[in-house]
Amino acid sequence: MKRSLTPVLVTVGVLAFFYLPVVVLVLNSFNASRFGGEWTGFTFDWYRRLWQAREIWAALGNTLAIAAFATVASTVLGTTAALALDRFRSRLQDAHYLLVYAPLVVPEILMGMSLLLFFVALHLQLGYLTIVLSHVTFCVSYVTMVVLGRLQDFDWDLVEAAQDLGADAWTSARRVVLPLLAPGIAAGALLAFTLSVDDFVITFFVAGPGTTTLPLRIYSMIKHGSPPLINALSTLLLALTVITVWLSQRLLEEKE
Amino acid sequence: MAEARGLLEPRHEPWVTLPSFLWLVLLFAVPAVIVFAIALRPTDPWGGVGAGWTLETLRSLRNPSYPSILWRTLWLSALTTVLCLLLATPVAYVMARAPERWRHWLLLAVIVPFWTSFLVRIFAWKVLLHPEGGLKHLLVALRLVPADASLLYNAGAVLLVLVYTELPFAILPIYAAAEKFDFRLLEAARDLGASALRAFWSVFLPGIRRGLLTAMLVTLIPALGSYVVPDLVGGPTSEMLGNKIAQRTFVDRNLPHASALSALLALAVLLPSIGAIALERGRRVHGKEVQS
Repeated sequence: MKRSLTPVLVTVGVLAFFYLPVVVLVLNSFNASRFGGEWTGFTFDWYRRLWQAREIWAALGNTLAIAAFATVASTVLGTTAALALDRFRSRLQDAHYLLVYAPLVVPEILMGMSLLLFFVALHLQLGYLTIVLSHVTFCVSYVTMVVLGRLQDFDWDLVEAAQDLGADAWTSARRVVLPLLAPGIAAGALLAFTLSVDDFVITFFVAGPGTTTLPLRIYSMIKHGSPPLINALSTLLLALTVITVWLSQRLLEEKE
Repeated sequence: MAEARGLLEPRHEPWVTLPSFLWLVLLFAVPAVIVFAIALRPTDPWGGVGAGWTLETLRSLRNPSYPSILWRTLWLSALTTVLCLLLATPVAYVMARAPERWRHWLLLAVIVPFWTSFLVRIFAWKVLLHPEGGLKHLLVALRLVPADASLLYNAGAVLLVLVYTELPFAILPIYAAAEKFDFRLLEAARDLGASALRAFWSVFLPGIRRGLLTAMLVTLIPALGSYVVPDLVGGPTSEMLGNKIAQRTFVDRNLPHASALSALLALAVLLPSIGAIALERGRRVHGKEVQS
């Protein structure tokens, strides 16, 4: 049977569409020309200037600190949520599932807007605290879904076996459940960390004046700053992305 | 589910449920209700929310510029969704039929843009479409566009970049469905005389319906709420609802008005979601009747 070539051609086209802008961006980060219309010579100059742009590194520090808090809190909340949703069937869990699922299908701008109004209504000072609270809120759902997926092929008989052998609830949780769930929890945490580091829209709404994160910084650079510096920064972020993807693939594949 | 699993007994249910439950009630459900409540409050002149209740804010939605912005938001989002599904389906098909070794690399090639910084991906296009950028030079050299044409700051640029940012999200659910599809059904259809296109249309597409539905929702919903893409590559003639919400919030400091617009956006998102769920449920009920 002869297979149509059209899907293959579309796929090649889509992959080119995906990577063309990215390749141009990476090349331009080594291009001496300021706008990158043409190649005017190889340079590391933009990276050197990036290295000296202290406000960017300060913003990165804030972003990493926020992501660390948000990841720890959302991983704990998401893991317990997944255990509850997997183990129990009740009205409470139906409502629980709806609460976990809804943030996944709400546009970011609505979530940012509603959190802003909530913090304003509470007279809470906008800043790092409100950013962390918001990041935890949208990360919980993602962590829950990843861990829940992992729990689907979890063998609860192992827990019973451990308890038959004399382990109490705490010991079996710590010595049996956690190690077996660890790759799922780690994948969920990694996703939460990435989402937090990358978030712009929700952070933009709840940051308030004088607070900055890396995406907020990049946004203002795109609006008013120097394109080659963003090229260099983007190239570094891309390299980080590739490493992260590779790491998460390893985590998810471990069981196979 | 009644059998004891040892570790999590019914008396433990509140302990593993309440932390996430209360967090999401407080920071997701309550704020969502507040949006609708504040849309019914008056504006105070200092950029805050006034006392009492009013329908004035909702009436101000009749601002003559809104119907065109709402309409543009709807058609740009719908077109983005259609283009994403049209491109994603053949890609998912090729990925699902590819040999194991290739499949892994193809999946990775789709996941990398999925994980790449959202702002970086938009910026890459801004550079490419820039008046001094590579694509413009190329198109002018090929005489495809006049030298004074602008590739940026119009609805076309918004559409292009929306498709670019949403496409990986459309491919992954369709691929997940296509991976489970039994491709021998396609061969059977061909053996029975269907053309390649006919078999694709009448056998493959219904087989991956759920994946298509998920892909539709995960592209349509963020597109309806998009703000950054039209803000960075669009111009004053390609503003979307999200831009207006941000403008009312940060420039005019009119929170009740921004809330009213947000409520409008929430409705625009809710309708297709409910439609999709109803469609899926209707089909399932219908299917059961046919089987019994």
